[in-house]
Amino acid sequence: MANEKRPVSDVLGMGQIEPEASGSSQINVGASERILSAAGGALLLSYGLRKASFGGLLLAAVGGYLTYRGTSGYCPMNERLGRNTAQEDEIVDAIEISKSLTINKPREEVFKYWRQLENLPRFMFHLKEIKQIDPKRSHWVAQLADNPFAKVLGSVEWDAQIIDEVENERIVWKSVEGARIDNAGEVRFIDAPGGRGTEVHATIQYRPPAGQLGGTIMKLFNPTFKQMVKQDLRRFKQLLETGEIATIKGQSSGRTKENESLEKPSSEYATVQEKHESLML
Amino acid sequence: MKALCYNGVGDLRTERVPDPAILNPKDAILRVIYSSVCGSDLHLINGYVPTVMQGDILGHEFMGEVVEVGTEVKKLKKGDRVVVGSIIACGECSYCQSQAFSLCDNSNPHAWMLEKAYGDSSAGIFGYSHAFGGYAGSHADYIRVPFADRGAFVIPEGISDESAVFVSDAVPTGYMAADMADIQPGDTVAIWGCGGVGQMAIQSAWIKGAARVIAIDREPERLRLAREHGKAETLDFSKVNLQEALREMTGGRGPDRCIDCVGMEAVSDSFAYYYDKAKQYVRLESDRPLVLRDAIMACRKGGTVSIVGVYGGLVDSIPMGAAMNKALTFKMGQQHSQKYIPELFDHMQNGRLDPSFLFTQKMSLDDGMKGYDLFNKKQTMRVVFAPGGVA
Ligand SMILES: NC(=O)c1ccc[n+]([C@@H]2O[C@H](COP(=O)([O-])OP(=O)(O)OC[C@H]3O[C@@H](n4cnc5c(N)ncnc54)[C@H](O)[C@@H]3O)[C@@H](O)[C@H]2O)c1
Ligand SMILES: [Zn+2]
Ligand SMILES: [Zn+2]
Repeated sequence: MANEKRPVSDVLGMGQIEPEASGSSQINVGASERILSAAGGALLLSYGLRKASFGGLLLAAVGGYLTYRGTSGYCPMNERLGRNTAQEDEIVDAIEISKSLTINKPREEVFKYWRQLENLPRFMFHLKEIKQIDPKRSHWVAQLADNPFAKVLGSVEWDAQIIDEVENERIVWKSVEGARIDNAGEVRFIDAPGGRGTEVHATIQYRPPAGQLGGTIMKLFNPTFKQMVKQDLRRFKQLLETGEIATIKGQSSGRTKENESLEKPSSEYATVQEKHESLML
Repeated sequence: MKALCYNGVGDLRTERVPDPAILNPKDAILRVIYSSVCGSDLHLINGYVPTVMQGDILGHEFMGEVVEVGTEVKKLKKGDRVVVGSIIACGECSYCQSQAFSLCDNSNPHAWMLEKAYGDSSAGIFGYSHAFGGYAGSHADYIRVPFADRGAFVIPEGISDESAVFVSDAVPTGYMAADMADIQPGDTVAIWGCGGVGQMAIQSAWIKGAARVIAIDREPERLRLAREHGKAETLDFSKVNLQEALREMTGGRGPDRCIDCVGMEAVSDSFAYYYDKAKQYVRLESDRPLVLRDAIMACRKGGTVSIVGVYGGLVDSIPMGAAMNKALTFKMGQQHSQKYIPELFDHMQNGRLDPSFLFTQKMSLDDGMKGYDLFNKKQTMRVVFAPGGVA
């Protein structure tokens, strides 16, 4: 877009690290091959899009991946086979998300909790697990949306590498080549002025899987994704400050059981109903 | 258990729902002894607060007995007779640590909803819509209380259940209204609204050093109670020119401190009322700020407007020019129960505060809808539900 605003990371002087244009954000499928993958992918994509959750986002990403393996074309199989039927050398722009929150705890404590990457799934609900492989390298497993497609497709996994780290100050990472969603990020820990605790600034960049059209579709998810990063930070803060995460999941109400027992209701990330919004705003 | 659930605008039903469980280590479960209606519930039931869902259990002003505590509850124990502040607060965030409990950063699981509407979120509140956390309310046999060590206060000997229940909400709200008004010796305090909150603001204004208290409403019985229990002078706004009356009663100066204990559902027979009502109806305006306008116009130069009557969204035609050029101070907010409850007990034990007369009607949960009808029509000061039975 022509008149896009200056990214927040730029204002903060963060996030110069761009995600590797490896995996799905590259193009290596020739035109005739593309059409075939499109149909199945489109189905997943539209299903995922209707779920305004991160699981839905991942599902759409996988769907988008298949679709654009078809329509704009990158195929990891082709890459592994050293096959590249595409002409142009196209790389998709990274999408960026920046969120900050202030935590009423000393910087060392906040940094330490985050740096123990295994802790992250405790407050990043879309993650199933993180395993530290060596001091710099880790393996990430994300959850797809809770639905039949997800069960078939399994989970989304990737490896990430810490490429820069200053103790109690910042962590910069990048997914390693071949990730389904290429991503990079930076988290900074800064003393808030006047003893107001620790500011946590997170910037995450990801390359939409599957060409420019994929980028357009992934942008639809951007508000959801932003919301999710903010929610993650908020839960991080709750855990550190109070030792627990505020919830109403499992409480009683006059609604049916199945309504109440959703692990992470998609409404958590959904937008406020329009009718309501007009009142609130 | 039994619970009074929202089923749509003006539609409450007593239903069977599952018993609450401990969900977090700092939770406690209470057996509810008394659970009162509050003017804030009316905003929900009348459809002015969004994100209320079918099946939500209402009620936020309550006291009861602790029957279960989570693993991280250190102070409370089974069998304690407690009153719980209507606002949920963690006690650890920077807002809680500066005693601004209703601004708690951590107690609202749906913070993002409020953030969208307000730019930031505030604390969770029992039984008060999903934007304020979606917590199940107290019109039920049992209730889950998060951050129980912070929110639940053991009721001292000598304070009856019938008084203690209002220490949850009406008393601290009225008290905070007077506290925020920054009352100085010799001040005349005008208080709009003689519901439970207004009545408590009247008594609190005296505690804070008011020389005169003028209470405003149009319900004769409520005005009578303000005179009898609050020693206030009263004005029926439907019978006098309010602006003129307030100005002349104060030698042309205007009241030094003006307190709004009415909020978004203010009524009057003026043109402005129908104008606001119409706009509210077509959603151009979400609140009717009649009292706020009155208070700004009446307040003396350099005075304070203290607002505890609840507003939820947009208001129209606020005389900002008057406020600016008269150099008024605005103070407002949801009440910080956890800050005030200990000193309220003290005032009550020493006879300076007495909320017992607010308890005008005891009902069973089965009569929930009937109770709210009476209350909505201002035919009773406060209906209090007794889930254990009314005998
Ligand atoms: N800030 C908080 O934490 C907090 C807590 C509890 C209640 N509240 C709010 O306080 C307000 C009062 O609560 P309540 O329980 O006493 O309610 P209530 O409904 O019992 O009383 C409201 C009173 O205001 C009167 N009134 C209406 N229009 C008026 C006008 N134009 N001028 C003067 N009086 C007028 C009504 O006749 C009624 O007596 C509500 O808005 C409620 O939401 C705020
Ligand atoms: Zn209330
Ligand atoms: Zn807090």
